[in-house]
Amino acid sequence: MTDALLAMHEERGRKNKRVGVMLSGLAVGMVGLAFASVPLYQLFCQVTGYGGTTQVASDNPKGVIAREMTTRFDVNVDTALAWTVQAAKPLKDQIGRVDTVNYIATNNSDKPVTGQAIFNVVPEKAGVYFNKIECFCFTEQTLQPGETVEMPIVFFVDPDLDKNHELATVKEITLSYTFYASDNEGS
Amino acid sequence: MTDTAHLEAHATGHDHASHVHDHHTPTGWRRWVYSTNHKDIGIMYLVFSIVAGVIGGLLSGAMRMELQEPGIQIFHGLAAMAYGLEGDAAIDGGKHMFNVFVSAHALIMVFFTVMPATMGGFANYFAPLMIGAPDTAFPRINNVAFWLLPPALLLTILSMFFEGPAGALGFGGGWTAYPPLSTSGHPGPATDFVIFSLHVAGVSSILGAINLITTILNMRAPGMTLHKMPLFAWSVLVTAFLLLLALPVLAGAITMMLTDRNFGTTFFNPEGGGDPVLYQHLFWFFGHPEVYIMILPGFGIVSHIVATFSRKPVFGYMAMAYAMVAIGFVGFVVWAHHMYTTGLSLDVQRYFVAATMVIAVPTGVKIFSWIATMWGGSITFRIPMLWAIGFIFLFTVGGVTGVVLANAGADRALHDTYYVVAHFHYVLSLGAVFSIFAGWYYWFPKIFGYMYNEFLGKLHFWVMFIGVNLIFFPQHFLGLAGMPRRYVDYPDAFALWNRVSSIGYYVTFVAMIIFFYATWEAVRKKRLAGDNPWGDGATTLEWTLSSPPPFHQFSTLPKMDSKDAH
Repeated sequence: MTDALLAMHEERGRKNKRVGVMLSGLAVGMVGLAFASVPLYQLFCQVTGYGGTTQVASDNPKGVIAREMTTRFDVNVDTALAWTVQAAKPLKDQIGRVDTVNYIATNNSDKPVTGQAIFNVVPEKAGVYFNKIECFCFTEQTLQPGETVEMPIVFFVDPDLDKNHELATVKEITLSYTFYASDNEGS
Repeated sequence: MTDTAHLEAHATGHDHASHVHDHHTPTGWRRWVYSTNHKDIGIMYLVFSIVAGVIGGLLSGAMRMELQEPGIQIFHGLAAMAYGLEGDAAIDGGKHMFNVFVSAHALIMVFFTVMPATMGGFANYFAPLMIGAPDTAFPRINNVAFWLLPPALLLTILSMFFEGPAGALGFGGGWTAYPPLSTSGHPGPATDFVIFSLHVAGVSSILGAINLITTILNMRAPGMTLHKMPLFAWSVLVTAFLLLLALPVLAGAITMMLTDRNFGTTFFNPEGGGDPVLYQHLFWFFGHPEVYIMILPGFGIVSHIVATFSRKPVFGYMAMAYAMVAIGFVGFVVWAHHMYTTGLSLDVQRYFVAATMVIAVPTGVKIFSWIATMWGGSITFRIPMLWAIGFIFLFTVGGVTGVVLANAGADRALHDTYYVVAHFHYVLSLGAVFSIFAGWYYWFPKIFGYMYNEFLGKLHFWVMFIGVNLIFFPQHFLGLAGMPRRYVDYPDAFALWNRVSSIGYYVTFVAMIIFFYATWEAVRKKRLAGDNPWGDGATTLEWTLSSPPPFHQFSTLPKMDSKDAH
């Protein structure tokens, strides 16, 4: 091979390496993006109420409107958690009114047990308008053997719900909790 | 191509066919195992794809035999043999085993048959030849990419023999592997084997994609600008970018699943604040581009074949190239049309319906351009042309049912029915596979130097065309009537079309025997094909070389003049 040809080969090798490194970076970046999607997805759900994710507020600054909304309460308990939980009765009130209801939980085992509830609402679109001021679900709950406690929820429905045409026919929002045992060190 | 560039390239190619190279040419097993030669690696990919295709095809044979009649015919017997079960337990084991076959069939066909054939075999062999490159940019990475695939296939096959759910073997969660079925539903190691298999296959494809993109961007012959590059090279470039952007997301998702399964994380587990639907988003962000990864190289192959046998340059070259780019782009923003039933809000569904239908536009551009290429052309119905026209027809049928499924309203009823199965088999099992056979019959004389028997090729085409349509067309009826996918059994009402579908499988099986016989016959009879058996219509650079091409080609790069090279 002539020197010119060798130089050309070397030059091309360098260029190839540069493009190869850039493309590898792209692939690694996409893996990063896949993992970044986990917190982003959580953030997205919280901001938009996607998947029936409810909101947290300290009070209702927007007042009360005439339209009424029934809130139904639902509960499920994971089989690994030896609790019985009784949901609150359905409640019909004006949209915007701050209400308090109680769930009643009993620890049926002979040991202290810690549980945590996760939750969402249907219709899922209503999640963004469903505000909780106070909820047992914000923290883990520990029940002593045989103990029964009342677990309060203080909530209101945002009057802006009335402006959403997709929710014009909605008369009922169901808030659902599922209780899990807290032995799982999750992310 | 009859211009001077062609003749010049022709001459250059021949110079080097007879040139005694200063490189050591390896022989025996070293030539293949240590290979850094893009043509040898391409051939290995093709052989690998055929082997995997036979395994995947036999798995679907067991499924079709089972579904030939209502009731459970063979899988409880298989389960009795494999698991040592009896009575009702054998029937339950058989139900799971059916789903294991479904999952393995899908994984093998997607990752080890179609992708190695198009992006492994044809892309490695012909993309460098078409752009006038001596080899790929990273020949050793090319070798690694290929040799990662056999262990990956082995892991998928092994997964069928390890515990999945308690008391049963294999992973039965489909190729989508949705949690919680793939996490808490399959505590055994079978799922981990599948995950590792996808990791390894994914790394292989990413390395292959990096190699091909770099080759196409950096190693084109002088004068071969991107806008003169043959459409197959364009399709490989777009597909490689899709691979590079989509596969890492799958790798991320299945890594999260792996840690959820084994290390107590809760990415997809609501118990710890995760969400199983997030997996579906990640999976389909990969999964939808993946279906274009399987079909785009076929678009490239078919463009060349239609042009060759119409003796006309392809109609609308620029539109054809950028239609593929557009399909690649839009393919990344339509993923949730696989998830209409997961509770997306109406507005989100509206967006995904509209975006999905937009894909029909560039796809339509391609279909009409192929027809316009044939229009007024001097058409000869040689074997590759039959497969290419078969591809256009079958792909269009699959595309039309795709537009039906794109409607969120219709999808409510059709989701997870045989209508969906029929749809994606029309675009993949018939579309992509017909494009692969088209490429096989088009380039077989180039790769091996021998011509196959014209009659056997035609027989293969017609028997296969009838067979696959018999399998999948009736599945539209079954889906519209409400038959769900992924079940071992069905009510008597679905018996007729299932029987027809199974008969179609046997016809296709015969077609495959004809294929193997035709290949064996061609290799045995050794009819020399010559440099260019297709005449003036075949204008790309690979036809300027000998058949088979020399071990090294284009050491002095061919020069393209200002006229079009494609």
